[in-house]
Amino acid sequence: MADFLMPSLGADMDEGTLVQWEVAPGDTVRRGQVVAVVETAKGAIDVEIFRDGVVEELLVEPGTTVPVGQPIARLRECGEAEPTPGPAPAPATATAEPDTARVRASPAARRQAEALGIDLEALAGSGPDGAITLEDVGRAGSARESMAEAVAPAPAKPAAPGRPVDIRGAIAAAMSRAKREIPHYYLGHWVDLSPANEWLADWNASHPVAERLLPAVLMLRAVALAAARFPDFNGFWRDGKFVAGDGVHVGTAISLRRGGLVAPALKNADRHSLPELMDAFRDLVGRARAGRLTGSELLGGTITVSSLGEQGVEEVYPVIYPPQVAIVGFGTPVERPWVVGGRIEPRWLVRATLAADHRVSDGRRGALFLEAVTGLLQEPETL
Amino acid sequence: MKTDELERVMRTALAGVAPDLEFDELDPETPIRDQADFDSMDTLNFAIALSRALGIDIPESDYPHLASLAECRRYLAMRTG
Repeated sequence: MADFLMPSLGADMDEGTLVQWEVAPGDTVRRGQVVAVVETAKGAIDVEIFRDGVVEELLVEPGTTVPVGQPIARLRECGEAEPTPGPAPAPATATAEPDTARVRASPAARRQAEALGIDLEALAGSGPDGAITLEDVGRAGSARESMAEAVAPAPAKPAAPGRPVDIRGAIAAAMSRAKREIPHYYLGHWVDLSPANEWLADWNASHPVAERLLPAVLMLRAVALAAARFPDFNGFWRDGKFVAGDGVHVGTAISLRRGGLVAPALKNADRHSLPELMDAFRDLVGRARAGRLTGSELLGGTITVSSLGEQGVEEVYPVIYPPQVAIVGFGTPVERPWVVGGRIEPRWLVRATLAADHRVSDGRRGALFLEAVTGLLQEPETL
Repeated sequence: MKTDELERVMRTALAGVAPDLEFDELDPETPIRDQADFDSMDTLNFAIALSRALGIDIPESDYPHLASLAECRRYLAMRTG
Protein backbone atom coordinates (compact mmCIF):
# COMPACT_ATOMS: atom_id res chain seq x y z
CA MET A 1 0.00 0.00 0.00
CA ALA A 2 1.30 3.45 -0.80
CA ASP A 3 0.13 6.89 0.17
CA PHE A 4 -0.38 9.50 -2.49
CA LEU A 5 0.62 12.81 -0.96
CA MET A 6 -0.43 16.37 -1.66
CA PRO A 7 2.39 17.23 -4.04
CA SER A 8 4.53 20.32 -3.85
CA LEU A 9 3.85 22.14 -7.09
CA GLY A 10 6.61 24.66 -6.53
CA ALA A 11 9.19 25.51 -3.91
CA ASP A 12 6.82 28.12 -2.56
CA MET A 13 3.74 25.95 -2.09
CA ASP A 14 2.82 25.00 1.47
CA GLU A 15 -0.67 23.73 0.89
CA GLY A 16 -3.18 23.09 -1.83
CA THR A 17 -6.92 22.81 -2.16
CA LEU A 18 -8.22 19.63 -3.68
CA VAL A 19 -10.70 20.80 -6.28
CA GLN A 20 -11.72 17.51 -7.80
CA TRP A 21 -10.87 13.84 -7.99
CA GLU A 22 -10.47 12.43 -11.48
CA VAL A 23 -10.44 8.85 -10.21
CA ALA A 24 -12.56 6.78 -7.86
CA PRO A 25 -11.72 3.91 -5.53
CA GLY A 26 -11.09 0.75 -7.51
CA ASP A 27 -9.74 2.59 -10.56
CA THR A 28 -6.49 1.36 -12.01
CA VAL A 29 -4.08 4.25 -12.50
CA ARG A 30 -0.95 4.51 -14.57
CA ARG A 31 2.14 6.54 -13.89
CA GLY A 32 1.62 10.01 -15.34
CA GLN A 33 -2.17 9.81 -15.27
CA VAL A 34 -4.01 12.87 -14.00
CA VAL A 35 -5.76 11.83 -10.82
CA ALA A 36 -6.81 15.10 -9.22
CA VAL A 37 -7.13 18.82 -9.72
CA VAL A 38 -5.46 20.96 -7.11
CA GLU A 39 -5.91 24.71 -6.82
CA THR A 40 -2.69 26.58 -6.15
CA ALA A 41 -1.45 30.11 -6.53
CA LYS A 42 -0.68 29.23 -10.15
CA GLY A 43 -4.22 28.22 -10.94
CA ALA A 44 -5.90 24.83 -11.02
CA ILE A 45 -3.22 22.22 -11.66
CA ASP A 46 -3.80 18.72 -12.98
CA VAL A 47 -1.90 16.46 -10.63
CA GLU A 48 -0.36 13.29 -12.02
CA ILE A 49 0.38 10.13 -10.11
CA PHE A 50 3.93 8.84 -10.14
CA ARG A 51 3.37 5.10 -9.95
CA ASP A 52 1.05 2.44 -11.31
CA GLY A 53 -1.55 1.01 -8.96
CA VAL A 54 -5.16 0.74 -7.96
CA VAL A 55 -6.91 3.50 -6.01
CA GLU A 56 -7.80 2.00 -2.66
CA GLU A 57 -9.26 4.98 -0.90
CA LEU A 58 -9.62 8.73 -1.35
CA LEU A 59 -8.73 10.41 1.93
CA VAL A 60 -9.62 14.02 1.17
CA GLU A 61 -12.90 15.53 0.07
CA PRO A 62 -12.96 18.09 -2.74
CA GLY A 63 -12.83 21.58 -1.31
CA THR A 64 -10.41 20.62 1.44
CA THR A 65 -7.15 22.50 1.84
CA VAL A 66 -4.32 20.27 3.05
CA PRO A 67 -0.62 20.85 3.65
CA VAL A 68 1.95 19.59 1.17
CA GLY A 69 3.01 16.06 2.07
CA GLN A 70 -0.26 15.00 3.66
CA PRO A 71 -1.64 11.71 2.28
CA ILE A 72 -4.68 12.42 0.14
CA ALA A 73 -5.28 8.95 -1.29
CA ARG A 74 -4.19 5.39 -0.66
CA LEU A 75 -2.93 3.29 -3.51
CA ARG A 76 -2.64 -0.47 -3.83
CA GLU A 77 0.39 -1.30 -5.88
CA CYS A 78 0.05 -3.60 -8.85
CA GLY A 79 0.35 -7.21 -7.81
CA GLU A 80 -0.56 -6.37 -4.25
CA ALA A 81 -3.44 -8.53 -3.09
CA GLU A 82 -6.77 -6.88 -2.51
CA PRO A 83 -7.32 -6.55 1.19
CA THR A 84 -9.18 -9.63 2.43
CA PRO A 85 -12.73 -9.09 3.54
CA GLY A 86 -12.08 -8.62 7.29
CA PRO A 87 -13.88 -5.46 8.23
CA ALA A 88 -16.20 -4.73 5.36
CA PRO A 89 -14.71 -1.97 3.23
CA ALA A 90 -16.78 1.13 3.10
CA PRO A 91 -19.22 0.78 0.26
CA ALA A 92 -18.01 2.73 -2.70
CA THR A 93 -20.60 5.41 -2.49
CA ALA A 94 -18.30 7.89 -4.09
CA THR A 95 -20.07 7.87 -7.39
CA ALA A 96 -17.44 7.77 -10.03
CA GLU A 97 -18.38 9.97 -12.93
CA PRO A 98 -15.64 9.15 -15.38
CA ASP A 99 -17.68 10.21 -18.35
CA THR A 100 -18.88 13.49 -17.00
CA ALA A 101 -16.50 16.14 -18.18
CA ARG A 102 -15.15 18.24 -15.39
CA VAL A 103 -16.82 21.61 -15.11
CA ARG A 104 -14.78 23.99 -17.21
CA ALA A 105 -14.16 27.25 -15.44
CA SER A 106 -11.49 29.88 -15.29
CA PRO A 107 -9.40 29.93 -12.10
CA ALA A 108 -10.78 33.36 -11.27
CA ALA A 109 -14.32 32.02 -11.67
CA ARG A 110 -13.48 29.01 -9.50
CA ARG A 111 -12.09 31.23 -6.79
CA GLN A 112 -15.01 33.63 -6.88
CA ALA A 113 -17.52 30.78 -6.84
CA GLU A 114 -15.80 29.30 -3.83
CA ALA A 115 -15.77 32.65 -2.05
CA LEU A 116 -19.47 33.11 -2.76
CA GLY A 117 -20.33 29.51 -2.02
CA ILE A 118 -21.74 28.99 -5.52
CA ASP A 119 -21.83 25.51 -7.02
CA LEU A 120 -20.11 25.66 -10.42
CA GLU A 121 -22.00 22.58 -11.55
CA ALA A 122 -25.21 24.54 -11.32
CA LEU A 123 -24.07 27.27 -13.69
CA ALA A 124 -24.24 27.50 -17.45
CA GLY A 125 -20.98 28.76 -18.85
CA SER A 126 -20.91 31.47 -21.48
CA GLY A 127 -17.19 31.09 -22.22
CA PRO A 128 -15.59 28.98 -24.96
CA ASP A 129 -16.76 25.34 -24.90
CA GLY A 130 -19.24 26.32 -22.21
CA ALA A 131 -16.53 27.32 -19.76
CA ILE A 132 -17.78 29.25 -16.78
CA THR A 133 -16.37 32.76 -16.66
CA LEU A 134 -15.98 35.17 -13.82
CA GLU A 135 -18.93 37.06 -15.25
CA ASP A 136 -21.18 33.96 -15.05
CA VAL A 137 -20.29 33.56 -11.40
CA GLY A 138 -20.90 37.25 -10.80
CA ARG A 139 -24.34 36.99 -12.40
CA ALA A 140 -25.22 33.95 -10.32
CA GLY A 141 -23.90 35.72 -7.24
CA SER A 142 -25.97 38.85 -7.74
CA ALA A 143 -29.06 36.84 -8.66
CA ARG A 144 -28.73 34.85 -5.48
CA GLU A 145 -27.98 37.94 -3.45
CA SER A 146 -31.10 39.72 -4.61
CA MET A 147 -33.13 36.62 -3.73
CA ALA A 148 -31.43 36.34 -0.37
CA GLU A 149 -32.06 40.00 0.35
CA ALA A 150 -35.73 39.50 -0.32
CA VAL A 151 -35.85 36.69 2.20
CA ALA A 152 -33.32 37.52 4.85
CA PRO A 153 -30.20 39.59 5.26
CA ALA A 154 -27.36 37.76 3.56
CA PRO A 155 -25.15 36.22 6.21
CA ALA A 156 -21.56 37.37 6.03
CA LYS A 157 -19.57 34.43 4.75
CA PRO A 158 -16.24 34.04 6.52
CA ALA A 159 -13.22 34.03 4.22
CA ALA A 160 -12.26 30.49 3.33
CA PRO A 161 -9.45 29.42 5.63
CA GLY A 162 -6.09 28.44 4.23
CA ARG A 163 -6.38 30.12 0.85
CA PRO A 164 -3.43 29.35 -1.37
CA VAL A 165 -0.91 32.15 -1.55
CA ASP A 166 -1.36 34.44 -4.51
CA ILE A 167 0.81 34.18 -7.58
CA ARG A 168 2.81 37.22 -6.50
CA GLY A 169 3.80 35.29 -3.41
CA ALA A 170 4.82 32.30 -5.52
CA ILE A 171 7.05 34.43 -7.71
CA ALA A 172 8.47 36.24 -4.68
CA ALA A 173 9.46 32.96 -3.05
CA ALA A 174 11.07 31.44 -6.16
CA MET A 175 12.92 34.59 -7.18
CA SER A 176 14.13 35.38 -3.65
CA ARG A 177 15.54 31.88 -3.46
CA ALA A 178 17.22 32.33 -6.87
CA LYS A 179 18.87 35.58 -5.88
CA ARG A 180 19.79 34.28 -2.43
CA GLU A 181 21.29 30.97 -3.50
CA ILE A 182 22.34 31.12 -7.14
CA PRO A 183 25.52 32.99 -8.08
CA HIS A 184 24.33 34.22 -11.48
CA TYR A 185 26.65 35.33 -14.22
CA TYR A 186 25.32 37.11 -17.31
CA LEU A 187 26.31 37.16 -20.98
CA GLY A 188 24.74 38.93 -23.95
CA HIS A 189 25.00 38.64 -27.71
CA TRP A 190 23.35 40.41 -30.66
CA VAL A 191 21.71 38.17 -33.22
CA ASP A 192 20.92 39.20 -36.77
CA LEU A 193 17.33 38.00 -37.17
CA SER A 194 17.10 38.65 -40.91
CA PRO A 195 17.66 35.03 -42.00
CA ALA A 196 15.14 33.78 -39.43
CA ASN A 197 12.60 36.46 -40.41
CA GLU A 198 12.93 35.67 -44.10
CA TRP A 199 12.65 31.95 -43.49
CA LEU A 200 9.61 32.52 -41.28
CA ALA A 201 7.92 34.86 -43.77
CA ASP A 202 8.35 32.23 -46.51
CA TRP A 203 7.01 29.49 -44.30
CA ASN A 204 4.04 31.52 -43.14
CA ALA A 205 3.19 32.72 -46.63
CA SER A 206 2.98 29.14 -47.85
CA HIS A 207 1.01 27.70 -44.92
CA PRO A 208 -2.59 28.24 -43.82
CA VAL A 209 -3.02 30.39 -40.77
CA ALA A 210 -3.38 27.44 -38.39
CA GLU A 211 0.04 26.08 -39.40
CA ARG A 212 1.97 29.32 -39.14
CA LEU A 213 4.87 29.74 -36.77
CA LEU A 214 5.84 32.48 -34.35
CA PRO A 215 9.44 33.71 -33.98
CA ALA A 216 9.33 32.57 -30.34
CA VAL A 217 9.18 28.95 -31.49
CA LEU A 218 12.43 29.32 -33.43
CA MET A 219 14.03 30.72 -30.30
CA LEU A 220 12.71 27.89 -28.14
CA ARG A 221 13.93 25.33 -30.61
CA ALA A 222 17.39 26.93 -30.88
CA VAL A 223 17.76 26.86 -27.09
CA ALA A 224 16.54 23.25 -26.94
CA LEU A 225 19.04 22.05 -29.56
CA ALA A 226 21.89 23.95 -27.94
CA ALA A 227 20.94 22.64 -24.48
CA ALA A 228 21.08 19.08 -25.81
CA ARG A 229 24.68 19.76 -26.87
CA PHE A 230 25.60 21.54 -23.63
CA PRO A 231 24.18 19.33 -20.88
CA ASP A 232 25.74 21.45 -18.11
CA PHE A 233 23.12 24.13 -18.80
CA ASN A 234 20.26 21.67 -18.81
CA GLY A 235 19.39 20.34 -15.37
CA PHE A 236 19.26 21.17 -11.69
CA TRP A 237 21.38 22.15 -8.74
CA ARG A 238 20.39 19.67 -6.06
CA ASP A 239 21.96 18.82 -2.71
CA GLY A 240 25.17 20.66 -3.49
CA LYS A 241 25.75 19.28 -6.95
CA PHE A 242 24.61 19.48 -10.54
CA VAL A 243 22.20 16.85 -11.81
CA ALA A 244 21.66 16.71 -15.58
CA GLY A 245 18.08 16.79 -16.85
CA ASP A 246 16.46 13.59 -18.08
CA GLY A 247 15.74 15.23 -21.43
CA VAL A 248 15.52 18.79 -22.68
CA HIS A 249 12.35 20.27 -21.25
CA VAL A 250 12.27 23.97 -22.03
CA GLY A 251 10.38 26.08 -19.54
CA THR A 252 8.80 29.04 -21.29
CA ALA A 253 7.94 32.13 -19.32
CA ILE A 254 4.29 32.95 -20.07
CA SER A 255 2.72 36.11 -18.74
CA LEU A 256 -0.80 35.77 -17.40
CA ARG A 257 -3.27 38.48 -18.18
CA ARG A 258 -4.49 38.52 -14.59
CA GLY A 259 -0.90 39.34 -13.61
CA GLY A 260 2.20 37.36 -12.87
CA LEU A 261 3.78 34.62 -14.93
CA VAL A 262 4.41 30.90 -15.00
CA ALA A 263 7.11 28.93 -16.79
CA PRO A 264 5.72 25.52 -17.71
CA ALA A 265 7.87 23.10 -19.69
CA LEU A 266 7.73 22.09 -23.33
CA LYS A 267 8.78 18.50 -22.91
CA ASN A 268 11.54 17.05 -25.10
CA ALA A 269 11.64 20.28 -27.08
CA ASP A 270 14.83 19.13 -28.84
CA ARG A 271 13.04 16.15 -30.34
CA HIS A 272 10.10 17.92 -31.94
CA SER A 273 9.94 19.63 -35.29
CA LEU A 274 9.07 23.33 -35.42
CA PRO A 275 5.40 22.70 -36.31
CA GLU A 276 5.08 20.19 -33.46
CA LEU A 277 6.72 22.61 -31.10
CA MET A 278 4.41 25.41 -32.25
CA ASP A 279 1.36 23.26 -31.51
CA ALA A 280 2.72 22.31 -28.10
CA PHE A 281 3.58 25.94 -27.36
CA ARG A 282 0.12 27.16 -28.36
CA ASP A 283 -1.48 24.49 -26.21
CA LEU A 284 0.75 25.38 -23.26
CA VAL A 285 0.05 29.13 -23.49
CA GLY A 286 -3.68 28.47 -23.72
CA ARG A 287 -3.71 26.19 -20.72
CA ALA A 288 -1.39 28.41 -18.69
CA ARG A 289 -3.79 31.31 -19.18
CA ALA A 290 -6.82 29.15 -18.45
CA GLY A 291 -5.10 27.81 -15.33
CA ARG A 292 -4.96 24.22 -16.60
CA LEU A 293 -1.38 23.08 -16.37
CA THR A 294 -0.18 19.76 -15.06
CA GLY A 295 2.17 19.47 -12.11
CA SER A 296 4.91 17.88 -14.21
CA GLU A 297 4.69 20.74 -16.70
CA LEU A 298 5.00 23.32 -13.93
CA LEU A 299 7.98 21.63 -12.33
CA GLY A 300 9.46 19.78 -15.29
CA GLY A 301 11.57 22.51 -16.91
CA THR A 302 15.29 21.74 -17.19
CA ILE A 303 16.15 25.19 -18.60
CA THR A 304 13.98 28.26 -19.20
CA VAL A 305 13.50 30.76 -22.00
CA SER A 306 12.18 34.25 -21.34
CA SER A 307 11.21 36.07 -24.50
CA LEU A 308 9.84 39.61 -24.36
CA GLY A 309 8.00 39.31 -27.66
CA GLU A 310 7.15 42.14 -29.99
CA GLN A 311 6.34 44.75 -27.40
CA GLY A 312 9.00 45.45 -24.90
CA VAL A 313 12.54 46.57 -24.42
CA GLU A 314 15.61 45.33 -26.20
CA GLU A 315 17.29 43.43 -23.40
CA VAL A 316 16.29 41.22 -20.48
CA TYR A 317 18.54 40.00 -17.67
CA PRO A 318 16.55 36.98 -16.58
CA VAL A 319 16.62 35.35 -13.16
CA ILE A 320 17.21 31.59 -13.02
CA TYR A 321 14.21 29.54 -11.93
CA PRO A 322 15.52 27.32 -9.13
CA PRO A 323 16.59 24.56 -9.04
CA GLN A 324 17.48 25.05 -12.72
CA VAL A 325 20.93 26.36 -13.62
CA ALA A 326 20.37 28.49 -16.72
CA ILE A 327 17.88 30.79 -18.41
CA VAL A 328 18.08 32.35 -21.86
CA GLY A 329 16.46 35.71 -22.52
CA PHE A 330 15.42 37.31 -25.79
CA GLY A 331 14.61 41.00 -25.95
CA THR A 332 12.21 42.68 -28.36
CA PRO A 333 13.64 42.67 -31.90
CA VAL A 334 14.82 46.10 -33.06
CA GLU A 335 15.79 47.45 -36.47
CA ARG A 336 19.32 48.84 -36.34
CA PRO A 337 22.27 49.69 -38.57
CA TRP A 338 24.47 46.61 -38.82
CA VAL A 339 27.68 45.92 -40.67
CA VAL A 340 27.28 43.15 -43.23
CA GLY A 341 30.19 42.38 -45.55
CA GLY A 342 31.79 45.76 -44.91
CA ARG A 343 28.60 47.74 -45.57
CA ILE A 344 26.12 49.26 -43.18
CA GLU A 345 22.66 47.84 -43.64
CA PRO A 346 19.41 48.14 -41.70
CA ARG A 347 18.80 44.81 -40.00
CA TRP A 348 16.40 43.31 -37.47
CA LEU A 349 18.38 42.32 -34.42
CA VAL A 350 17.50 40.59 -31.21
CA ARG A 351 19.53 40.69 -28.03
CA ALA A 352 20.05 37.20 -26.60
CA THR A 353 21.15 36.93 -22.98
CA LEU A 354 22.16 34.07 -20.76
CA ALA A 355 22.03 33.93 -16.98
CA ALA A 356 23.75 30.81 -15.69
CA ASP A 357 24.70 29.30 -12.35
CA HIS A 358 28.40 29.89 -11.64
CA ARG A 359 28.48 26.85 -9.37
CA VAL A 360 27.93 24.71 -12.46
CA SER A 361 29.56 26.54 -15.36
CA ASP A 362 31.94 29.39 -16.13
CA GLY A 363 31.68 32.33 -18.48
CA ARG A 364 33.76 30.72 -21.21
CA ARG A 365 31.48 27.70 -21.35
CA GLY A 366 28.43 29.98 -21.14
CA ALA A 367 29.72 31.96 -24.11
CA LEU A 368 30.02 28.77 -26.17
CA PHE A 369 26.49 27.80 -25.21
CA LEU A 370 25.03 31.21 -26.05
CA GLU A 371 26.96 31.22 -29.33
CA ALA A 372 25.45 27.85 -30.14
CA VAL A 373 21.96 29.23 -29.49
CA THR A 374 22.49 32.31 -31.62
CA GLY A 375 24.28 30.35 -34.35
CA LEU A 376 21.29 28.03 -34.69
CA LEU A 377 18.93 30.99 -34.81
CA GLN A 378 20.92 32.47 -37.66
CA GLU A 379 20.59 29.26 -39.65
CA PRO A 380 16.85 28.66 -39.39
CA GLU A 381 16.96 25.81 -41.89
CA THR A 382 18.90 23.81 -39.26
CA LEU A 383 16.13 24.16 -36.69
CA MET B 1 -21.81 39.64 -44.59
CA LYS B 2 -24.00 41.67 -42.24
CA THR B 3 -22.29 43.85 -39.68
CA ASP B 4 -24.00 42.22 -36.71
CA GLU B 5 -23.05 38.81 -38.04
CA LEU B 6 -19.39 39.89 -38.28
CA GLU B 7 -19.61 41.37 -34.82
CA ARG B 8 -20.85 38.03 -33.48
CA VAL B 9 -17.98 36.16 -35.19
CA MET B 10 -15.43 38.60 -33.77
CA ARG B 11 -16.95 38.36 -30.31
CA THR B 12 -16.78 34.55 -30.34
CA ALA B 13 -13.24 34.56 -31.73
CA LEU B 14 -11.99 36.99 -29.11
CA ALA B 15 -13.73 35.12 -26.29
CA GLY B 16 -12.01 31.92 -27.42
CA VAL B 17 -8.58 33.56 -27.54
CA ALA B 18 -8.84 35.71 -24.44
CA PRO B 19 -11.85 34.75 -22.31
CA ASP B 20 -10.77 37.27 -19.71
CA LEU B 21 -11.10 40.27 -22.05
CA GLU B 22 -14.40 42.10 -22.19
CA PHE B 23 -15.29 42.82 -25.80
CA ASP B 24 -17.58 45.70 -24.86
CA GLU B 25 -14.95 47.36 -22.72
CA LEU B 26 -12.45 47.58 -25.56
CA ASP B 27 -12.23 50.85 -27.46
CA PRO B 28 -12.88 49.76 -31.05
CA GLU B 29 -10.51 52.29 -32.62
CA THR B 30 -7.51 51.53 -30.42
CA PRO B 31 -5.33 48.46 -31.05
CA ILE B 32 -6.30 45.67 -28.66
CA ARG B 33 -2.72 45.19 -27.55
CA ASP B 34 -2.54 48.83 -26.41
CA GLN B 35 -5.51 48.23 -24.11
CA ALA B 36 -4.81 44.76 -22.80
CA ASP B 37 -2.09 42.17 -22.61
CA PHE B 38 -2.55 40.78 -26.11
CA ASP B 39 0.58 39.28 -27.62
CA SER B 40 1.59 37.79 -30.97
CA MET B 41 0.26 34.37 -29.94
CA ASP B 42 -3.12 35.96 -29.22
CA THR B 43 -3.11 37.77 -32.56
CA LEU B 44 -2.28 34.54 -34.37
CA ASN B 45 -5.01 32.62 -32.52
CA PHE B 46 -7.47 35.43 -33.24
CA ALA B 47 -6.59 35.18 -36.96
CA ILE B 48 -7.03 31.39 -36.87
CA ALA B 49 -10.43 31.66 -35.19
CA LEU B 50 -11.64 34.33 -37.64
CA SER B 51 -10.41 32.47 -40.68
CA ARG B 52 -12.09 29.26 -39.51
CA ALA B 53 -15.38 30.96 -38.71
CA LEU B 54 -15.51 32.86 -41.99
CA GLY B 55 -13.84 30.32 -44.24
CA ILE B 56 -11.25 32.79 -45.52
CA ASP B 57 -7.47 32.74 -45.42
CA ILE B 58 -5.92 35.70 -43.65
CA PRO B 59 -2.35 36.17 -44.88
CA GLU B 60 0.25 37.11 -42.32
CA SER B 61 0.78 40.44 -44.08
CA ASP B 62 -2.85 41.33 -43.22
CA TYR B 63 -2.47 40.79 -39.46
CA PRO B 64 -2.08 44.56 -38.89
CA HIS B 65 -5.71 44.87 -40.03
CA LEU B 66 -6.75 42.78 -37.03
CA ALA B 67 -5.13 45.13 -34.52
CA SER B 68 -8.21 47.11 -33.51
CA LEU B 69 -11.80 45.90 -33.48
CA ALA B 70 -13.02 48.65 -35.83
CA GLU B 71 -10.24 48.04 -38.35
CA CYS B 72 -10.83 44.31 -38.04
CA ARG B 73 -14.54 44.78 -38.78
CA ARG B 74 -13.79 46.91 -41.87
CA TYR B 75 -11.20 44.41 -43.09
CA LEU B 76 -13.45 41.39 -42.61
CA ALA B 77 -16.39 43.19 -44.25
CA MET B 78 -14.17 43.86 -47.24
CA ARG B 79 -12.87 40.28 -47.34
CA THR B 80 -16.28 38.67 -47.02
CA GLY B 81 -17.81 41.20 -49.41
